[in-house]
Amino acid sequence: MTTVLDPTGELRPEARERVARPESLNGLTVGLLDITKPRGNVFLDRVEEKLTELGASVKRFSKPTFTKPAPIDLRHEIATSCDAVIEALAD
Amino acid sequence: MSATSPPPLPEGLVAVVKQDCPTCVLVAPVLEDLAARGDLTVISQDDPTFPADADWVIHDDDLALSWHHEIETVPTLLRVTDGAGAERIEGWSREQWENFTGIDALGVDLPDWRPGCGSLSVDPTRTDELAVRFSGSVLKSRRVEIAALEDDWEAMWDRGWSDGLPVVPPTEARVLRMLEGTSRAPDELVAIVPPDLVECTVEKVAVNAVMAGCKPEYMPVVLTALEAACTDEFNMHGLLATTMPVGPVMIVNGPICEEIGMNSGLNLLGQGNRANSTIGRALQLTVRNVGGGKPGGVDRATQGNPGKIGLCFAEDEAGSAWDSLAESRGFATGASTVTLFPGEGPRLLFDQKSRSPESLTKHFAEMLRTHASPRMVMQFETVLVMSPEHMNRYRDAGWDRARFLEELGAHLMIDGADIVAGAHGIEEGMPDFVKDMQLPKFPPGGIHVVHGGSNAGLFSAAIGGWVTGEMGSVTVTKEIVR
Repeated sequence: MTTVLDPTGELRPEARERVARPESLNGLTVGLLDITKPRGNVFLDRVEEKLTELGASVKRFSKPTFTKPAPIDLRHEIATSCDAVIEALAD
Repeated sequence: MSATSPPPLPEGLVAVVKQDCPTCVLVAPVLEDLAARGDLTVISQDDPTFPADADWVIHDDDLALSWHHEIETVPTLLRVTDGAGAERIEGWSREQWENFTGIDALGVDLPDWRPGCGSLSVDPTRTDELAVRFSGSVLKSRRVEIAALEDDWEAMWDRGWSDGLPVVPPTEARVLRMLEGTSRAPDELVAIVPPDLVECTVEKVAVNAVMAGCKPEYMPVVLTALEAACTDEFNMHGLLATTMPVGPVMIVNGPICEEIGMNSGLNLLGQGNRANSTIGRALQLTVRNVGGGKPGGVDRATQGNPGKIGLCFAEDEAGSAWDSLAESRGFATGASTVTLFPGEGPRLLFDQKSRSPESLTKHFAEMLRTHASPRMVMQFETVLVMSPEHMNRYRDAGWDRARFLEELGAHLMIDGADIVAGAHGIEEGMPDFVKDMQLPKFPPGGIHVVHGGSNAGLFSAAIGGWVTGEMGSVTVTKEIVR
């Protein structure tokens, strides 16, 4: 038998309850996060139109650069001011 | 590396011996003589009744005293104060023993001098076991037992710990040996490793360095590389997440390169040198295992490149006509440094006919224009690994680094009209507003020249970069902490 040392970060997953799926978007605030890849805004403009038609109010956000994770302040702002969020990931 | 607090030695004069040592047997009458004078404790490593079945003989049956007090030779005579033997002599020399004890005419029937034997605590068949027994407790990583019927390598592969190549099992003994390569404590925090942002200790780096195949003396380079990789400027998270084929490219400068046997010459970018091959891999395995950066997870490279297993090489500073990369980046001559560049795989720069620096420089510019795409400008940097024979063109003409970069830069100004989207029937390209501009291929400071390779071959190499600057990744150089 060989005993070896665990080379990983030894993370333990933490289970969290998901936010309940809304019945309708009517009257809710939906955040749209543009990661600033080229033409992501074109996609999100169209999504905003559609959401507005469904009665949602839309807040737009963008990351400073697509190469880094969204800053924690931005994530906090989205989490506290929106009921749902859509992220435009790629070109 | 020290372990838990060592057990104290008895106070006064102490001799550490073993019965299985002819010199110890030889000096047994001297030990009995000193004991009779009431000022000696003997610590026997093997036979508890050697040199006598007496209350002044202690049996070091688990070798705890010998190991903790770093006994290398028997007999060792120590003067112990407060549990530690600061003064010591080894072997048998009548003159030394008389001086050490202040007693004349010791062992007058014995030869004047005999060398000692190896202490059991440094017996090569026992050192690993003793290190684990006495200092294994400093290791905090979870122990994983691989069953007798499992194959070590298959078991580690199944747990997702490998980059696809075999890894060395990180046993406690191997990790303790790896930790001997650094003065930093095993529990010291080195960096927060992306993408999972996990706190990584020196110990976890050592575990991954063992798996990568490193020798302990590579540890300072690996540790410094990890620190550089995990800076906000270098942006390891972005380097993983991008679909471009890039990874951390490591260039080592300074005296440490020769000390640890790195290759800066023939085939420096290829296989065959242990330090080059395993140091870069140790960084990548740490990012994979500790940070969780795996292909198909956060690593989204469309195709990747073979250098992502680990790409690390040294600069040939002694053979260069110019200052080193590290010196050009503001580090003192004689400093050992690691530079991390966000790069793709190396490619050939072919020029066998240029005999003047002007011709070679123009040709370099023509080849470097194609990095990423001839239509992409100012977004990517480059590492130019200049071979000795190409360097000779500049040495002979008296060009220094600054002159070369100035001339090269002049040949790398590009007509915007040729590279706007749609120009010459190609849809890719720069925005239309640059069409009347002259644009540099690389941003200011974006050409990093390193000298290396064998002294035969009119070939150099270039390593193209990833998105540069705040938007992407900034090349980072750090001085190596031993």
